[in-house]
Amino acid sequence: MNEKIIALQNEITEKLSATTDLSELENIRVATLGKKGSVTALLKGMKDLSPEERKSFGAEVNSLKELVTRKIEEKIKELKEKEIQAEIEAMPLFDITTPANLQRGSYHPITLVQRQCETIFKSMGFAVIDYPEIVTDYECFEALNIPKHHPARDMQDTYYLDNGQLLKSHTSAAQNAILKKYGKDLMEKGMPIKAIFPGRCFRNEATDACHENTFFQMEGVMVDKDISISNLIFFMKTMLSEVFRKDIKVRLRPGFFPFVEPGFELDISCLICGGDGCPSCKQSGWLELCPCGMIHPNVLSEGGIDPEEYTGFAFGLGLTRLAMMKYGVKDIRNLNSGSLKAMSQFTDDE
Amino acid sequence: MLLSMNWIQDFVDLSGLDKLELIQKISLSTAEVENEIFFKGSDLSGVVVAEIMSVEDHPDSKKLHLLKVDAGEAELTDVVCGAPNVRVGMKTAFAKVGAQIGEITIAPRPLAGFMSHGMCCSEAELGISDDHSGIIEITEDVKNGTDIKDVYAIDDIVFEVDNKSLTNRPDLWSHYGFAREFAAISGRELKPLEVEELKAYDSLKKIDMKIEDPLCQRYSCMQVENITRSVSPVNMRIRLHYCGMRGINFLADLTNYLMLEMGQPMHAFDSRKVEKIRIKRFDTPFTFQTLDGVERNIDENTLMICNDNTPVAIAGIMGGLDSEIVEDTTTLTLESATFDAVSIRKSTVRLAHRTDASMRYEKCLDPEMTTVAIGRFINLLKKYDGGVQVVSALTDEYAYKYDTINLSFDKKFVDRYTGIEIQSDTIVKTLTDLGFEVTLDGDNFSVVVPSWRATKDVTIKADIIEEITRIYGYDNFDINTTRSPLYPVRAEAVKNNEDRIKDILVKKYNLHELHSYVWAYNDELKELGLEVEENVKLANATNPNIETLRNSIIPTQLCQVKVNTGFAPDFGIFEVGRVVNGLKEDGLCKEEKKLAVTLFSKTKDMKALYFELRDMLATLVSDIKHKELSYKSAMTTHAYEHPVNLNTILIDDVEIGTIGIVHPAVMKKIDKKANVVFAELDMNAFTDAEVAPIVYDEPSKFPSMTYDISVEIPAGVLFSQLADAWKNEGNGLLKGVRIVDTYDTETVHSITIRFEFSSSERTLSSTEIQEIMDKVVANLNETGVTLRG
Repeated sequence: MNEKIIALQNEITEKLSATTDLSELENIRVATLGKKGSVTALLKGMKDLSPEERKSFGAEVNSLKELVTRKIEEKIKELKEKEIQAEIEAMPLFDITTPANLQRGSYHPITLVQRQCETIFKSMGFAVIDYPEIVTDYECFEALNIPKHHPARDMQDTYYLDNGQLLKSHTSAAQNAILKKYGKDLMEKGMPIKAIFPGRCFRNEATDACHENTFFQMEGVMVDKDISISNLIFFMKTMLSEVFRKDIKVRLRPGFFPFVEPGFELDISCLICGGDGCPSCKQSGWLELCPCGMIHPNVLSEGGIDPEEYTGFAFGLGLTRLAMMKYGVKDIRNLNSGSLKAMSQFTDDE
Repeated sequence: MLLSMNWIQDFVDLSGLDKLELIQKISLSTAEVENEIFFKGSDLSGVVVAEIMSVEDHPDSKKLHLLKVDAGEAELTDVVCGAPNVRVGMKTAFAKVGAQIGEITIAPRPLAGFMSHGMCCSEAELGISDDHSGIIEITEDVKNGTDIKDVYAIDDIVFEVDNKSLTNRPDLWSHYGFAREFAAISGRELKPLEVEELKAYDSLKKIDMKIEDPLCQRYSCMQVENITRSVSPVNMRIRLHYCGMRGINFLADLTNYLMLEMGQPMHAFDSRKVEKIRIKRFDTPFTFQTLDGVERNIDENTLMICNDNTPVAIAGIMGGLDSEIVEDTTTLTLESATFDAVSIRKSTVRLAHRTDASMRYEKCLDPEMTTVAIGRFINLLKKYDGGVQVVSALTDEYAYKYDTINLSFDKKFVDRYTGIEIQSDTIVKTLTDLGFEVTLDGDNFSVVVPSWRATKDVTIKADIIEEITRIYGYDNFDINTTRSPLYPVRAEAVKNNEDRIKDILVKKYNLHELHSYVWAYNDELKELGLEVEENVKLANATNPNIETLRNSIIPTQLCQVKVNTGFAPDFGIFEVGRVVNGLKEDGLCKEEKKLAVTLFSKTKDMKALYFELRDMLATLVSDIKHKELSYKSAMTTHAYEHPVNLNTILIDDVEIGTIGIVHPAVMKKIDKKANVVFAELDMNAFTDAEVAPIVYDEPSKFPSMTYDISVEIPAGVLFSQLADAWKNEGNGLLKGVRIVDTYDTETVHSITIRFEFSSSERTLSSTEIQEIMDKVVANLNETGVTLRG
């Protein structure tokens, strides 16, 4: 091999191996393989050689060119790998266990419980109805088979307004309007009335840890040709088991409410002790949760529905009480206090 | 109401049955029984009858005596006793050594220097009355050493029923009524009441009595003489005591006993004071002294029992002091009557005086009961006071008789209502046990409602369902879902919008949902220097702080922000709630559902906070309605509003709410270093805004081009006014306009606007874009907006 070529090859190889950075490598590439590069210059010098010499010299220069090209490529790959490796090594270790900076708002616990109940009933084909808070005496009492001077009006100390209307004392105040609104479809098309109506209720009473003058209920009604007590128990048990996400034992006791007949008090097995008896349930093993019953024929008639042909059930679930039980809220007044310390703890809950 | 199982068992044999289980069943089938059951006498043992054989005064004590008692044992027992009524020959209750009285176990112990080997007991110590004035005197002829419990019915199970669960059951305000329920539940037979046959006295003279007012439904009375007994039998007093009734004297006790037994209130007058009984109301008010010594104001609506024109008792509530039985009373007149329930209830409320009698009358008592009660009263009177003589015929005016209620239904009706199969013979048995007359013809039932259930309680077929099912037991029901047909259900729009708004505010903007009250907080608003605005008021508010209904949630939220300033340097709250804006033309309240949002910040400047809220509202509308908001400058109407930057918010030119900054005077009272902004939207107006369809624009294959201009905007010109400059330019090629930079000095407000152009058909040339932009700039110049150099 030509000595000049050997010398050049050694020189280039030496330079390449000493290179540690990509821009220097590019300089070497230009200085060797570029138009004015040392390898290119060898080819230019061939014109002075004999044809035989030229042939062998040319071949040697070409193989040098290939060699240098290959070595540069290898060097590029090597340097890039080194660069990535260096980047990896430069990455500091983060302390993932530091407290997270949570970006979260909050729902009112009543909203959460209400939505859970709504979801369950919607899945069973119930409509969710929004109803005003200010109602008439007719809606709240008369239409519900509670005539004036009926002792049942004693049970609810109602807030009356100076225009003669009142703040609804129970969600049942929506029953008459709902029967009237959906009764037509029931009688003409055979579409059963299935509706729930959550809402805020008011009672004129002193507040303490267990009593509020402003609280939420969720009323539900279902009316069709053959709605029975057995159906009522089914729906109550299903809903409560879904809300508490465990099989809830329920029991019915006779309860007197003028707008249902028969009327019931529904108890559930105590969530704290499971029915063995504890201070929460006053050792009885049961918690009174929900008045319910078969809609009184007079209430159906007042809503324009023939009680001889149709029957229905109604229930009034205490959403406030449910929320307190579910989340362990001990003082009912926290719910309307506007205290963010208390209320900001309730993030979404499916 | 307290109930004694001994008393109930006078009327139904429950032997061999678990009493606690039966009481539990009452709770599930009849009325709510309170959890605590009282086992009377369970903490009393080892007490026997003993005779005092000798009494010596204690040498050092005036009170104490040294007794020797015969407790039926071989030798007399030495006892030191402090009771004042000890005497030789007296028989009393003696707690022997080892006896149990409540928590105490009796042991021999020294008392003022002498050993006492037991204790003589008062009635209070035995737990059978409140009397602790002395030791009990046993008059019964029993051997010394006999267990006291074999003498008196001290052992008893007493339970309490929640009165509220009896409001619709006049028949259950008595032991006999409950005995009927126990009989039905246990399948045992109800015994008839032992009563005096009153017909036997028909030949005697009648009492001069007349009902002169329709509020009296029935008045029955009878006269008796020669009552010698003054103290009630111990067993009677025990029952009264166990049921929470204070013992008074034999006659008073007996009327109370009868009321607890049958539910019929009775009254005994001195016959000299009621020679001419008239039942009526008076036209003019007056005062009347009841037997508790209280002067009460009687108005023209209160029904009175009178001796001719002199009132002697408030009907159904309480007797008068003047006509009470006194020391020298020889003849008494027994009253057993029924009155209009609503009238009694109203009188009770007016007089603010509720008695055991009025409580029962309010529930619509059965008028059939008045004469039975007299028969029972005389039966008991004769039993306990042998010399008693009846001196009048039964005098009875039955002015108002309830209709007999007949109900017919078929088996299918029961099946449909219950959803389960209850056998016909079970139905017949249940109803019969409860006193209904039942006829079954094939599948058809005919039922006559007993008088004690027919005053208001059982009037329709559905009431019969309750009777059948409660005794059948709800625990025994099969539980089934319905077979109703299915139809789609669409959520109400306002509810749907409310849910989505809450989700966006909580999830996207980290706001906190709070609840509050529907009335304005008088005191809290004062602290912010705000007055409650005139609005509809509560007619019966007991608390002046909550008199007036709120017309906006914002003042409420400002109060809430004030109490939460320490919660975090920045926070936002919202509520979807109701307000009232006065009355509508028809006189009904104008109730509105609002969304209120208030943001509080100690770190952001007012402008940033204001635009944060503006962007929230715009996002709600963009997300839910796919539309843009527009704004209109508004004038302040409330003291909490800052006059600058108060804007009405509009969708499609319809006003849906307001956005504003809190007035500096109020802000300073909330927090001197914070900024507070608010917005309130009307939920119905928001819901009513139509949802625009989503317009999909297929992405162009050709590159888009942007063109930025920087302009100086003169004071008073709004960005929305600039839009006219490009609204009609660009031939559909202008796809978007946005602000990419703002530059403000004290005198100059300038912004950089980026215009984006693209075509779905071709690559745009810079010349055509330039042409469009030249026109836009020319238009802008016309409004006084100039390009920045």
